[in-house]
Amino acid sequence: MTPERPTTLLAELTHRCPLHCPYCSNPLEMIRAEGELATEDWKRVFTQARTLGVLQLGLSGGEPMIRKDLEELATHARGLGLYTTLVTSGLGLTRARAERLRDAGLEHIQVSIQDADPEVAESIAGVSSVKQKRAAVALVKELGFALSINVVLHRANLDRIGAIIDLAADMGADRIELANTQYYGWALENRASLMPTREQVAAAQATAEEATRRYKGRMQILFVLPDYFEQYPKPCYGGWGKLYIVVAPDGKALPCHGATQITTLSFDNVRDRSLEWIWQESQAFRAFRGDEWMREPCRSCPRKTVDFGGCRCQAFALTGAAENTDPVCILSPDRGMIDAAVAAPSDSLEYRYRVIAEPQRA
Amino acid sequence: MSPESIPTLWRLARLDFDSVRNRPVLLYPEGAVLLNDTGKAILELVDGRRTVGEIAGILGERYQADVTADVSEYLSHLAERELIRDA
Repeated sequence: MTPERPTTLLAELTHRCPLHCPYCSNPLEMIRAEGELATEDWKRVFTQARTLGVLQLGLSGGEPMIRKDLEELATHARGLGLYTTLVTSGLGLTRARAERLRDAGLEHIQVSIQDADPEVAESIAGVSSVKQKRAAVALVKELGFALSINVVLHRANLDRIGAIIDLAADMGADRIELANTQYYGWALENRASLMPTREQVAAAQATAEEATRRYKGRMQILFVLPDYFEQYPKPCYGGWGKLYIVVAPDGKALPCHGATQITTLSFDNVRDRSLEWIWQESQAFRAFRGDEWMREPCRSCPRKTVDFGGCRCQAFALTGAAENTDPVCILSPDRGMIDAAVAAPSDSLEYRYRVIAEPQRA
Repeated sequence: MSPESIPTLWRLARLDFDSVRNRPVLLYPEGAVLLNDTGKAILELVDGRRTVGEIAGILGERYQADVTADVSEYLSHLAERELIRDA
């Protein structure tokens, strides 16, 4: 089958990051600085992405501010007509760099905050960061960028969702993404400590809905129920290999930022292949396109055109086979393991923090 | 959106042309709407000063038809998605 054109490229410029959030979406095994793509590689990838049809670019990480060539990459992206979002913790966003990014034509900056409570925020980030984030947000506003605030929600901050939304509004955010933790990689390691209760989720949903009405026209609020608390899985970016490409710091092209955990797939690298070839021909992008790959109960299910069998990464991580139905689906024979995880959140809030492993000594 | 409403494009959205798909496009954070020529004609007249009625008047003259209901419906649809605001 001929695939549609992709709309979005997430460029994970680096895995390096000053924060240690225990729900990080980067893989457990991260790329070190010396393995990262060079400036010219990224510029070539952006050009190829635009030619392929990509309209949206995310400059992400890790912490993308760590890359010294960020301004050059933003300039190149703007020249191609891409709508570019910088996804940052705010750390490293000095006035000089923010001004250069504005001059580069960057339009939109998304800053993460961990909580409205500074103490809890820093216990999650694993580092002193609240003051720097506030300063970064003020700069983003002063220089006229569009501002999004992104918050990952979990048991330790979900009860403060109302205060978090009000804080984002006070910061002058144009939009806030309230992203419930997705349990892959680091978050799966920390699932028992991150998992909220059903009562927390229900209360948070009510608060978010009320706030969405209250802030309508002023600040856009995005809140999606966590999949563990729903009956059917999420459609992963409109289906595997349909709209979305991730390029990891080392140049591996992925259909989803969590895809490297599917160890049965092999991923082509933008150092060796064009993005167009990878999109159309590579094994990883073709593996779960369409519905030929599906097993039951997905194969004969009318919902297969709605949620595409859910998340392949989650199916692999929890059931051991990426072709299986996402186990959050109530039609999956494995749904019991989701209900068990929801029913048994741990009492402790101990986390395994995100760190890049030191190289093995010989 | 009523005929008296003054539509304005969301500050975060940008009207552009996608040379790959050969279509006008409305770009905004984490999203894009591919437009047809009618959508483009409407959005090009959205400047934060003209009312819906005035926009419909200009287009009505251009197309020799009463397009008030169509323009209002189109902008209301985008307003529902928060891409258009009432200034």
